[in-house]
Amino acid sequence: MDNQENKKVGVTGWIDKRLPVFTFINHNLRDYPTPKNLNYFWNFGSLAGITLVIMIVTGILLAMQYTANTDIAFDSVERIMRDVNNGWLLRYIHMNGASMFFIIVYIHMFRGLYYGSYKYPREILWMLGVVILLLMMATAFMGYVLPWGQMSFWGATVITNLFSAFPVIGDYIVTFLWGGFSVDNPTLSRFFVLHYLLPFAIVGVVALHLVALHQFGSNNPTGVDVKSSGDTIPFHPYYTVKDYFGLGVFLIVYAALVFFAPNFLGHPDNYIPANPLQTPAHIVPEWYFLPFYAILRAVPDKLTGVLLMFAAVLVLFLLPWLDKHKVRSATFRPFYKQFYWLFFINCIVLGWVGAMPAEGVYVLIARIASVYYFSFFLIIMPLLSRFEKVSELLPSSISAAVLSKKFDKDVNESYAK
Amino acid sequence: MKELNTTTKNKPTSIDEEKRDFLFITTTGLAIAGGGAFAWSMIDTMNPSKDVLALSTTEVDLSPLEEGQSLTVMWRGKPIFIRHRSESEISSADNVSVEDLPHKESDESRVKNPKWLVVVGVCSHLGCVPLGQKIGDNKGEYGGWFCPCHGSHYDTSGRIRKGPAPLNLEIPPYEFVSDDIIRIG
Ligand code: HEM
Ligand code: FES
Repeated sequence: MDNQENKKVGVTGWIDKRLPVFTFINHNLRDYPTPKNLNYFWNFGSLAGITLVIMIVTGILLAMQYTANTDIAFDSVERIMRDVNNGWLLRYIHMNGASMFFIIVYIHMFRGLYYGSYKYPREILWMLGVVILLLMMATAFMGYVLPWGQMSFWGATVITNLFSAFPVIGDYIVTFLWGGFSVDNPTLSRFFVLHYLLPFAIVGVVALHLVALHQFGSNNPTGVDVKSSGDTIPFHPYYTVKDYFGLGVFLIVYAALVFFAPNFLGHPDNYIPANPLQTPAHIVPEWYFLPFYAILRAVPDKLTGVLLMFAAVLVLFLLPWLDKHKVRSATFRPFYKQFYWLFFINCIVLGWVGAMPAEGVYVLIARIASVYYFSFFLIIMPLLSRFEKVSELLPSSISAAVLSKKFDKDVNESYAK
Repeated sequence: MKELNTTTKNKPTSIDEEKRDFLFITTTGLAIAGGGAFAWSMIDTMNPSKDVLALSTTEVDLSPLEEGQSLTVMWRGKPIFIRHRSESEISSADNVSVEDLPHKESDESRVKNPKWLVVVGVCSHLGCVPLGQKIGDNKGEYGGWFCPCHGSHYDTSGRIRKGPAPLNLEIPPYEFVSDDIIRIG
């Protein structure tokens, strides 16, 4: 009997009965009911996952050629560029992959911020995302140190010295981080080990992120909950195809960067070997840290600057409790929507001043932008939660929203005829 | 599916199967080609790199070697055995019927100048370095080399005579630059 049953469903059936991997895939990637109105901003999660895989694969291959020793680290990277077969390609994919990863994750986060994806019941999902961001920042920072160029060395020096701002224990922390009295060989070895380790920690948190996501399913552009099966379509083929298309577009952009402007986002000083006796004239972090760097430099007091910089990321953890407005999507919140776009521009301004010298008018701009950054979260959001009215345009369901759009279009078309 | 139909009511209901097949095949084909090219270029990074391939050549001056003495030099990370053979070593290597050997090679075919034997000192069984270069080493039953790992005996021409190794010691590419100097590689 048992045998016959198994024959019917073949090898996959036999395995699935004992280890339900196929059921799992089916649940989560095939039948998985997904809101039918997702727009292209919902592509960025899967893109981030693919980028993470690309980073891990290219990273492991790089690690086979790289040597974490201050005497030869720089030369070992140059050897990758010149002697290793396709080494230049491998390194440029990894290097620019870090930038692409941050672009994707920032868009992913701005999407969540716009459509209120951090609200009930997705608070933990959002917070796990912030944990991933922190891990990514640590990973990217330590990765940038590995080639042991001038920017590697001085970036490492400046960032680790942030911890010296803490009273009493500050200096001990810094010595501990360095494993010595300056950024040196012990620092490089531990950064390499951690740079190898943390991406796997990210994989773990991503898995939790997905478990949390699939508990309630995706939010959607209307922010209205799924009410019936009519509001959803199966993930496959509708969203597999959409994700696949998005991947194609993404890879074109990524490849263009790798092949035509591989050093566009980098800093030329990092092709000068590290020199502990000379700081480059103008030192800047990688572009994805610039907004936070701007906040650090906007504050005249060392400790406050450091605390505010960390707070700028950590405040994201509190988002679900700062914005308690009942409506999720900014589409139906006319006031929030305006402050949101202002916030978006403000982040770009912060990134821009972060790259400018810390003097004159730039300091003033950085201060204004920093104030708005925190006001948006700590003042505007709570106030809007109380005073912004629920719009009458809010649709009763996803289908209603989709149909009313369709209806408008049909009516227009028939009048046109 | 029903719900979908309500919103796509005025779209053509028939499906153009041919068009779908075309799109499916071209998309999948391109993805496989692109993915394969990417995978190969990444895997290829693990092959020997240019600095490793750059044929290192080693020149060795043979003049200090007395008859009966041996010298070991490094070439591409492997030991090269050079032996200045005595008359008796040469004749014992010559006086063997090639047909009786596990790996049939005459001594003549293994040397450029019978006085000098140049072989790669890596056992053809599982890669150990055989003994016999130093004075007092066990040279095996045939007076050449003896591999201690699993007991392979090589003769004075570096040929396998007894034990698990299947092949003779390999001859590296080399040439005499002058009477006393050889260049390996
Ligand atoms: C979360 C994903 C990752 C991010 C964001 C990241 C980021 C970075 C960055 C920014 C660099 C400096 C690029 C340069 O200037 O050359 C780098 C270098 C490096 N990474 Fe990663 N990385 C990630 C994953 C990994 C993994 C999983 C490994 C190995 C298991 C790895 C191994 C390396 C090595 C060996 C280098 C130095 C070689 C070089 O500079 O090109 N990375 N990484
Ligand atoms: S390796 Fe030489 S006998 Fe096995």
